[in-house]
Amino acid sequence: MNDALIPAGSAQSPAIELQPQPLEPVPLEVASLVKRFGQVTAVDGISLALSSGECLGLLGPNGAGKSTLIRCIVGRALADAGRITVFGFAVGTSEAREALGWVPQELALYPRLTCGENLAAFGRYHGLSGSKLAQSVTWCLEWAALGDRAGDLVKNLSGGMKRRLNMAAGIIHRPRVVLLDEPTVGVDPQSRNRIFEMIEALRAEGTAIIYTTHYMEEAERLCDRVAIIDHGRIVAQGTNRELIQNSFASRSQVLARFAGPSDEIAAWVERHNGRLVDGAAQFTIEQSTQIAGLLDDAAKAGLELVDVSLRRPNLESVFLHLTGRELRD
Amino acid sequence: MALRRDRPALAMSFILPIGFFSIFAVIFGGQHNSTAKIKVILVDQDRSRASLELAKGLEREDSLVISTRPSFKDKGAAPDYTAAAAEAAVKAGDAPVALIIPAGFGQSPISFGGAQTGPAIQLLSDASDMIAPQMVGGLLQKAAMTAMPAAMAEQGMKYTDQYVGGLTPEQRKIMSGNLEQLRQIESRLDAQADGTAPAHSAQGSADSGGLVAVKVRSVVGENKNGNMISFYAAGIGVMFLLFTASNSAGALLEEAESGTLDRVLSSRVTMTTLLAGKLAFNTMLAFAQLAVMFLWAQAFFKLDLFTHIPGFVIMALCTAFAVAAFGMVLASICHTRAQLGALSTLVILMMSAIGGSMFPRFLMPPAMLKAGLFTINAWAIDGFTKVFWRDLPVSELWPQVGVLLAVGIALFLIARRIARRWEYA
Repeated sequence: MNDALIPAGSAQSPAIELQPQPLEPVPLEVASLVKRFGQVTAVDGISLALSSGECLGLLGPNGAGKSTLIRCIVGRALADAGRITVFGFAVGTSEAREALGWVPQELALYPRLTCGENLAAFGRYHGLSGSKLAQSVTWCLEWAALGDRAGDLVKNLSGGMKRRLNMAAGIIHRPRVVLLDEPTVGVDPQSRNRIFEMIEALRAEGTAIIYTTHYMEEAERLCDRVAIIDHGRIVAQGTNRELIQNSFASRSQVLARFAGPSDEIAAWVERHNGRLVDGAAQFTIEQSTQIAGLLDDAAKAGLELVDVSLRRPNLESVFLHLTGRELRD
Repeated sequence: MALRRDRPALAMSFILPIGFFSIFAVIFGGQHNSTAKIKVILVDQDRSRASLELAKGLEREDSLVISTRPSFKDKGAAPDYTAAAAEAAVKAGDAPVALIIPAGFGQSPISFGGAQTGPAIQLLSDASDMIAPQMVGGLLQKAAMTAMPAAMAEQGMKYTDQYVGGLTPEQRKIMSGNLEQLRQIESRLDAQADGTAPAHSAQGSADSGGLVAVKVRSVVGENKNGNMISFYAAGIGVMFLLFTASNSAGALLEEAESGTLDRVLSSRVTMTTLLAGKLAFNTMLAFAQLAVMFLWAQAFFKLDLFTHIPGFVIMALCTAFAVAAFGMVLASICHTRAQLGALSTLVILMMSAIGGSMFPRFLMPPAMLKAGLFTINAWAIDGFTKVFWRDLPVSELWPQVGVLLAVGIALFLIARRIARRWEYA
């Protein structure tokens, strides 16, 4: 596996130096993938690799190209260039299809069927039948904490339950590589935690996972590595710590809120190379002693301090640092 | 607002009433120049002067197409119809009516006041067409009145001679002279016969109370209960089958919208497999619908289903297959449920109107009869009519079976081609 950090802000295609082919084929390998929709390049030369039991987070705002990348991997979009292999098999082959499990962002379920019937239907599409199908349905229902809902119609389930069933339908055939496309969209915190537990259980079994999200906290909690995607490119990837270290080293961030004329605040932020994000001024500092200078200058400009905090940078800070935009833009 | 943005659905909601109105206007509104002509098979066993005159009179009728021999396009002159051949032709549906002028008719062609003195003309009819026998019967009396004045006068003279007490030789001589003149006029009329109907308004009836005695006999469906039941079961059945099939195939659109289709196609299932599976399911669904409808007709309208099981199964399966494939084409063409609803309503109602699901095709003008052959309804109804009405053997169903299967296969291939848009982005 290549855990090396890709240089931040690389303008050219951030091709990964793929390691020599191991004896056991790599669960998932994507090389220089390009996908265009007319004039728009949705995926622009992405390369990545995934090992067994690893969870790779694709972190990026809406429209960054995460879902298109997933659709290319699962064979639902044809790449214009590049190569994708699943355990050494090209995408679209029956071996690749069987090894892949896809949980789309939409609730791709049959609303007028029960939970059990939905799972059985998708199991049959993957060639399961008889007792093997029944066992798989039972396992998936338990995994999704829907064992007591097997006979309930999907349309009557809560949002969180539907999300969990949506995930279960994607792994009914017990794939070794699972692609989760924003599986927590629109669910309450309790259901989200349940979904995290489900994903952790999969990882514990050795399943390789790609997890797309624009929630930094999810990527931090679940993912061994994170690839930050913007405008169809991976602008950086590595472990959480590596990404922060590479972008900020030992620097910290100061967040401060001030009351006063907005043009005065903007001028003050600019003088100290900061950014205004959601009405709060953000500065990157080498040492905590720099805070005093910032505040003194604000006082001289007639700004009234509302609150100030010092924090270690996180993935959101990294994204902002690399792209100049927020994850939720 | 949603409808305004869905332009095809919006357009079709305007086209539907216009199209449907136009079909009814063409059929019932007289946009065509002539009513449908009735094909009549004529068998003249008498070959007398009177029978020949009557035949010529019938041929002059614009609304009748008189046929005395089968028309084999490639074989030139075929032998004239015999009485048995004419009956078989009516049974087979080649013509709704056959007239048989029996030997001896010319001896006493006219039967004033219902006093039948000679053999009666036989009118063989197909009871599924309730209008043609009535029209032909009436026109037969008209032809007798206008085409056989000499025979009528001669018969009148006989009556006078019989009931008045005998004519004097001088009267007989004058009468014979007048009759000869009448015959000469008839000959001149024949010579200038140009197909124009004489402007007479004489009316008759198809019963024995007319000028010529007629025996009406249904040769098809004479012993059947509810003679139109099988027609309506097939006609209405096929129309609703088409609606069900398009609605059922519309599940494809829902799957595409919800993302389920994407998920299915990411599994082992290919688009061809998926469509074939849906075709098979929708075919069985349509077959079950037809079976239930015919069972209902058997239970409550005394349709004789159980003695026609092989023919029913064959026709029902072929019809179900064709309509299922048709529904899939409609679904694959459309992008939204609203579009599918509007398009399927438009196409199915038009097909049903033209194809005979709403009113019998024998009411339609010739152009529309031909147009009907482009509909599934017409072929299905023809097939079911052969089975239940004409009691024809299964082997006689090959044209309908062939067409329906070919249509089904062609439509499935078209649907598969169009469905490529869902395969990959």
